[in-house]
Amino acid sequence: MSTGSAEVDAPADVDQDVAGVAPRVQGRSPWLLAWQRLRRDRVAMISLVVIVLIAVIAVIAPVFAGITGHPPNQQYLQQGTTTAGLPVGPNGTFWFGADDLGRDILVRIAYGARISLGVGVAATLLTVAIGVVVGLAAGFFRGAVDTVLARFVDVILSVPFFLVAIALVSIAGPGLTMTVLVIGAFSWASVARIVRGQVLSIREREYVEAARSLGATDMRIMFVDVLPNVLAQVIVYTTLLIPVVIVTQAALSFLGLGLQPPTADWGGMIAESQNFYQVAWWFPVFPGLALLITTLAFNLFGDGVRDAFDPRSGRAA
Amino acid sequence: MIRFLILRTLQGLLVLWLITMAVFALFFMVPSNVARTLAGRQATPKTIELIAHRLGLDQPIWKQYWDFISNAFHGDLGYDYYHQVPVTHIMAQALPITISLAVGAAVIWMVLGVFNGVISAVHPRSVADRSMTVFALFFYSMPSFFLGIMLLYFLYFKLTLAGFKWFPAGGYSPLSAGAGPWFQHMILPWLTLALVLAATYTRLTRSSMLDVLGEDYIKTARSKGLRERRVVYRHALRSALTPVVTQFGIDLGQLIGGVVITETVFSLPGLGKTAIDAINQQDLPVIIGIVLFASTCVVVANILVDIVYAMLDPRVRL
Repeated sequence: MSTGSAEVDAPADVDQDVAGVAPRVQGRSPWLLAWQRLRRDRVAMISLVVIVLIAVIAVIAPVFAGITGHPPNQQYLQQGTTTAGLPVGPNGTFWFGADDLGRDILVRIAYGARISLGVGVAATLLTVAIGVVVGLAAGFFRGAVDTVLARFVDVILSVPFFLVAIALVSIAGPGLTMTVLVIGAFSWASVARIVRGQVLSIREREYVEAARSLGATDMRIMFVDVLPNVLAQVIVYTTLLIPVVIVTQAALSFLGLGLQPPTADWGGMIAESQNFYQVAWWFPVFPGLALLITTLAFNLFGDGVRDAFDPRSGRAA
Repeated sequence: MIRFLILRTLQGLLVLWLITMAVFALFFMVPSNVARTLAGRQATPKTIELIAHRLGLDQPIWKQYWDFISNAFHGDLGYDYYHQVPVTHIMAQALPITISLAVGAAVIWMVLGVFNGVISAVHPRSVADRSMTVFALFFYSMPSFFLGIMLLYFLYFKLTLAGFKWFPAGGYSPLSAGAGPWFQHMILPWLTLALVLAATYTRLTRSSMLDVLGEDYIKTARSKGLRERRVVYRHALRSALTPVVTQFGIDLGQLIGGVVITETVFSLPGLGKTAIDAINQQDLPVIIGIVLFASTCVVVANILVDIVYAMLDPRVRL
């Protein structure tokens, strides 16, 4: 950080000491400080813009279908494929080219963004929700509860996740809900471990003791006094988890275990392109780039968030 | 130490037992149509019943599970439903391919990852550091199946078109048939797996090295007049490697799951591809066999990581 101005990093409690003397000095919560640091991080801000753009594309996907006049699952075997039955490349009608069934790749990518972002966010939220509750309970109650939960976390972490996820999806039947549930069911353990570690130290702090002596219930202490103090860690982990989840979802689709055809999603499109990459580079390249740009943006943004909450870590170090 | 080993082994066995139960229960929640598939299109209900009986599918689930467990203790994982080949045999055929893939890729990703990480950390904020960081983040975000297809496109397809038949489109050539063809078949799968994983190690090594290089004993080493190269590689790297080794153990344990994609893209008939095929055919004995093996790898790797950790860091007591 090269700003060097004293006011930016002024401690939050300045206003209490000098409130009467210098009313212009305002207390800043750790959240505000983090946000201010994040806003100055150009890479993170550009990534955020990219993420928002992708979200907008996902929302307005029907507009792409409207402009090109190609619904996502409509097959244009006449214009979309050559007389030899091969996909046509990018041109005036098919801006990103067509796939082997003569469907518009651009429109399908726009619709695919809905799946990637939707599953990415939904599965991440599920993961974090389970992880936080388990971690909180294990760290807060300690004793038998902790032992059982911690062992359970160990078991989950010993499972060859991807293999079992594939097996599960193949049994239960592929689909959107299934993908979210499977990812959530196996990813929460590391969140729980992080939260538990934090809670174990926080619950010994004096303000927790104070809350207890005021007669606060366990629930209140857990969610009002302890949870907000682990939230920063959880948020950092969450932003870095989203790209992992997006790639996992795409990988499941790539193996034919995600959404069923003809639903447009990026992993599935890349899988379909496998037999055509030699004659139609645009077929794997555009969905692949969409996926790469999305995960890259989330990773860069996540790095920025981490640096913002903990300026000593990461790139700025 | 001994106590630790016994405890962890028991714990590992518990995990494996839970996993077999879970997989078994899952597969019995959905009606199996294996017998019907095997019986063919014109099968009478009688034939289907016979086949189901022969495979033991008509037994109650607890009986099937008990048979499986007691056989497993004798190293017998049963026979696959379709060709009646012992599961251990199927796995023994696939294993060398997966090991070829894993070991080669591991060498590449460790060398690449650690080396790049050290360069980055020794000259932080330099051009080299920045390009390494961008390089690492790029591959860290790269889905391996996309990378695999791109490598195939440029290094197999384009080069072959240009007259250089250096890389095949996929498949496996056993080491016994010559190291040359084996190497040619493995290099693209290795790169696919290694480039994605190397990125993690670059990032890890860099941050770990930066921490260590700020320590007092490094200043001491420098002030003793040791050459920078010696300070970096002998003094700093040694302790900076601890988290890297931990990560390496974890990744190596999880690798069987990780090779699924790479083996699929390059049509390598290793454990990952075998698992996918078995899953698509509901071939339960093969699936359980591979999942069990993969879980064992994770469990063993985790124990090894703890031991190595204790060896590298004298402050850790087991």
